[in-house]
Amino acid sequence: MTAVKKMSSFDVNKVRADFPVLAQTVNGKPLVYLDNAASSQVSNLVIERGAKYLAEEHSNIHRGVHYLSQHATSAYEAAREKVKRFINAPSAKECIFVRGTTEGVNLVAYSYGRKFIGEGDEIILSQMEHHANIIPWQVLAEEKGAKIRVIPMNERGELIIDEYENLLNERTKIVAVSHVSNSLGTINPVKEMIATAHKFGVPVFVDGAQAVPHFPVDVQDLDADFYTFSGHKMFAPTGSGVLFGKKEFLNKMPPYQTGGGMIRTVSFEKTTYAPIPEKFEAGTPAIAAGIGLGAAVDYLNSIDFEAAAKYEHELVEYATERLSAIEGVKIIGTAREKASVLSFTIENVHPHDIGTILDQQGIAVRAGHHCAQPVMQFFDVPATARASFAFYNTHEEVDKLADAVQKVIEVFA
Amino acid sequence: MSELNDLYQEVILEHNKNPRNFREIETATRTADGNNPLCGDALRVYVEMDGETVKDVAFKGSGCAISKASASMMTQTVKGKTRAEAETIFDEFHKMVTGELDAETDENSLGKLKIFAGVLEFPARVKCASLSWHTLHAALNEEAEVSTE
Repeated sequence: MTAVKKMSSFDVNKVRADFPVLAQTVNGKPLVYLDNAASSQVSNLVIERGAKYLAEEHSNIHRGVHYLSQHATSAYEAAREKVKRFINAPSAKECIFVRGTTEGVNLVAYSYGRKFIGEGDEIILSQMEHHANIIPWQVLAEEKGAKIRVIPMNERGELIIDEYENLLNERTKIVAVSHVSNSLGTINPVKEMIATAHKFGVPVFVDGAQAVPHFPVDVQDLDADFYTFSGHKMFAPTGSGVLFGKKEFLNKMPPYQTGGGMIRTVSFEKTTYAPIPEKFEAGTPAIAAGIGLGAAVDYLNSIDFEAAAKYEHELVEYATERLSAIEGVKIIGTAREKASVLSFTIENVHPHDIGTILDQQGIAVRAGHHCAQPVMQFFDVPATARASFAFYNTHEEVDKLADAVQKVIEVFA
Repeated sequence: MSELNDLYQEVILEHNKNPRNFREIETATRTADGNNPLCGDALRVYVEMDGETVKDVAFKGSGCAISKASASMMTQTVKGKTRAEAETIFDEFHKMVTGELDAETDENSLGKLKIFAGVLEFPARVKCASLSWHTLHAALNEEAEVSTE
């Protein structure tokens, strides 16, 4: 935490005007939206792009010879190109559209896992994973007789990297780890973790759901074998998401779901599959959402995303400073490298009650276990209240949060 | 803030701080576990029956102020009642917090439990208020657990 607050040149008010949802009042108070780690809001650019598609371009993509279908197809594939550039993937073919991070994990656990992971093999996860990056691997391990190994964390909520290195061995078949923890905000050193795994010839799957909305991600620089994220956490509609995978893996993986759109030829004797990405995209996808994801990338490119990320980082530091100063408040997750998330508890007040009282002040936070029960068990709390920030939040909103937390303490005094 | 005051009334805050019958009953004839996986509320209700009468009832567990206060007042209310009477109150309570019964105008035996009517304005909190009652209902019907997700 820095004592001197630097104000970056980022113009937050200009950006806020792009997000119509933020202008409303809730319970008679201006909305303070601090639930971005669950779902972030969408800009006019994304809303208008989705509306244009529905009003003027809607049609089923691929294989259509008519005007609308070709138009929809090129808009959908243009979105894939935008995503490719956004995460610096080598090729758009390596960017599979999925319905969100959860589907990205399930796809890899199901397809890669069932083919390449067997009895006695080991899967490394971390203590701070979201349930979505635990259960698909657990189901796979149960089915195959494989073993889950867990990278422990310290009291700050940072992974213990020495322990991680000790877990890697010749039985390790994959490492699946989050880039940023959804419950603690910890930024994990995934680049170094990937390099270490690669020394053992082990591929790494990164859950990037909480990273991509908060700072630029370069999958080639990370050398990630798989990297997945959700559209609805990065200012795009729900139902959009991406699984990046290196083609040498994707090409040798069997399909995840089968059906229309993912085949080359079908007879009752034999089906041959389409190349990537179609091989993993059975059925009609969420076309409007995918195009909306492309528009969200356009939006982030239009605002100087790096400056936005820097501003947001300062904001989270300010919020940490303000809440830490309140007696009775405990911050859960004090990693040295953090993004967006501020999880906290108040002495003798259940997080659910915090959530309700904050909501009455127009402040949206999340209260619960954040789909990360192993994290709650580690810190020995049933739940936390979680404020999670985006670049459109302001210092004034942080002040309102701090005042409202003070009020919670008064109600329960 | 009037709605908020309706929800977090002094009585509720006081029961949250000092829950009544917050203990185990070693001689319990029936127990049931109640879970609200969404917020992590988890409680166990202990019932000691004497024939058809609830001789003793208590609870343990963790939860928010609403669920704890509700559990506390539930135990006070049903202790000494017959099973049928307890079930009637459960039914009325459930109807009150889901808006099917107006505790002020409809005939009922809710008494001081009426203060939980305020939870109606907070749809996300209805399950917190009703968790202990569902758990009691499960215990009385010899079901082992209940989830209000």
